[in-house]
Amino acid sequence: MSITETRPGTSRRLTTSKAMVAALTEEMERDPSVFYLGEDVGAYGGIFGSTTGLLERFGPERVIDTPISETAFIGLGIGAAVEGMRPVVELMFADFLGVCLDQIYNHMAKIHFESGGHVRVPMVLATAAGGGYSDGAQHSQCLWGTFAHLPGMKVVVPSNPADAKGLMTAAIRDDNPVVYVFHKGVMGLPWMAKNPRSTDEVPDGEHVVPIGKARIARAGTDVTVVTLSLSVHHALDVADTLATDGIDVEVLDLRSLVPLDREAILGSVSRTGRLVVVDEDYQSFGVSGEVVATVTDQDPGLLRAPARRVATPDVPIPYAHGLEYAVLPRHDRIERAVRDVLQW
Amino acid sequence: MSIDARRAGVPAQAREPARPAPLDPEVRVELFETMVLCRSYEEAILAAYHADKGPGFDIGKGLVPGEMHLSAGQEPVAAGVCAHLTVDDAVTATHRPHHLAVAHGVDLRRMTAEIFGRETGLGRGRGGHMHLFDPATHFSCSGIIAEGYPPALGQAFAFLRSGTDRVAVAVTGEGAANQGAFHESLNLAALWALPVVFVVEDNDWGISVRRSASTSVSSNAVRAAAYGIPGERIEDNDVEAVYAAAGRAVAHARSGRGPSLVEVRTLRMWGHFEGDAQGYRDDLDGIEHRDPITRYEQVLLDADLLDTETAAGIRERARERVADAVDFARESPLPDPSTATDYVFAEEASS
Repeated sequence: MSITETRPGTSRRLTTSKAMVAALTEEMERDPSVFYLGEDVGAYGGIFGSTTGLLERFGPERVIDTPISETAFIGLGIGAAVEGMRPVVELMFADFLGVCLDQIYNHMAKIHFESGGHVRVPMVLATAAGGGYSDGAQHSQCLWGTFAHLPGMKVVVPSNPADAKGLMTAAIRDDNPVVYVFHKGVMGLPWMAKNPRSTDEVPDGEHVVPIGKARIARAGTDVTVVTLSLSVHHALDVADTLATDGIDVEVLDLRSLVPLDREAILGSVSRTGRLVVVDEDYQSFGVSGEVVATVTDQDPGLLRAPARRVATPDVPIPYAHGLEYAVLPRHDRIERAVRDVLQW
Repeated sequence: MSIDARRAGVPAQAREPARPAPLDPEVRVELFETMVLCRSYEEAILAAYHADKGPGFDIGKGLVPGEMHLSAGQEPVAAGVCAHLTVDDAVTATHRPHHLAVAHGVDLRRMTAEIFGRETGLGRGRGGHMHLFDPATHFSCSGIIAEGYPPALGQAFAFLRSGTDRVAVAVTGEGAANQGAFHESLNLAALWALPVVFVVEDNDWGISVRRSASTSVSSNAVRAAAYGIPGERIEDNDVEAVYAAAGRAVAHARSGRGPSLVEVRTLRMWGHFEGDAQGYRDDLDGIEHRDPITRYEQVLLDADLLDTETAAGIRERARERVADAVDFARESPLPDPSTATDYVFAEEASS
């Protein structure tokens, strides 16, 4: 039951990064108040391909390279949004949020509340997350749980090209600050191991994915895997493997952490009675615990087996390839968790 | 015009303050009136704040709960800067914001109601005295040192893009000038020639630490030079000198030449916050003689621009306006606790 709002029409096969650019292109053409701001987003086209071609199309007045000054340029986005513009501001790596966190959680996220709803901050903070390519502990984190933990900003995390376009369109049009976290591993970058699902059909023209609605990426009856971003792809791979053993896995792609589609989680677990949560962010105090609590707060009796979490253990992401793969939630760990909950 | 083409080709050195030209008598009296209104406001908040704090001073009790940072002594900055602004210009203030809000024309009733935590307040009681947001006058403030500067860049950016000559004034204290946000903001505003006026209120004290113990230079005006923008320092908390310097800075910004910085050595007459016993201060003796309002009143009396009766009338009218705001706030309803989680998000998306 995909609830993606798609107009009937043509589509193209695009990588996730090109789908993101497609959304930006269409929204910048539609609304002159939209502009893109960040480090290396101009001639370079975004380190992760988030703005490829935008400078040529819209010029340096709307696709703006900034100094390496995240506090200043994210704050600039906030002030411009307060005055009625619709900035999309890129924080190159989610790992860098520490150098500008005050602007994010004390300003961008709180001004609407502190003003009693009188001031809106219609801004998108786009940022790249995730590991798997030996970039080390300061360049491989997801941290979407941190954004989601701090109130006042919506948090979307697309896993595939169509959602990348639809969620970006929705984020730009939203009157709230929206953090748009794109995992490098789903972007379809030419210089990174490609996931086959990082290139897919993307609707042409207006395509809006409502923020706060999860997607059943694969329907199944035996166990629910709740996940997001690159881990959706891993979970789908595992589901395909297990299907040959007669195990029918349902994969729920959250797509949005704030708001969190708790109904979709509860609906799926009600049907399957078993829950595995897969999250590339740190395990403790994070998304995986929130998903489990969503079920147990409602009715622990929905579960026929204890829920299992497959997340990054509470350790910085290691550099060496083998160590990194040992902590990331990859196919082997996901498969073990699914088989485990089916033992009960 | 591209951003590069707008870079301000200003000399990379601090600008020497020019001797202020004689001011129009009406302007001089208006500056006095603004300062008096700011002070009346702070006196009223002071009284309200200390009402009902209980026998042992419970900071969370009373008409006005929480921390309270008052600005008595710093009125020349607010009056001298805001005299050049209209409500279409933006002001971003610090955690000590009232004098700037009053001088910029924020509605006194709704500001007071916010400070009293009332539903009729600027932020319906969600913000409090350090978090005042008034879209009608583009006024905002930040409780975090120096972090009010970056959003001011964005307001200036939006003004520039809209093709107007509106400006954004960003205020910090001198202690904030050691924060990264301050330096990043000066660099970016200078780079893009944004119409920003950076104002530094140097009241000598970062809570309890002297400027000399926290800041490597004696004047932040020289730091402006490091970013290739004009910088001026006013040494004597004189409203007319502030008015003159701010006038140059605002004109500079309005004419498309980009940002500049004005630092004013001002005076924190009271504690960092209410309840601060100021045991660390060794500059309190005779501080009443340094009160910039009574000093300026004497200047205007000597110049025959005021007589004692007129001055008393100005004070009385200010007190009446403030009393009206306090009455409004006092009589306003408190927010319904059941609405405590409202306004986290905008209710309607515009798509």
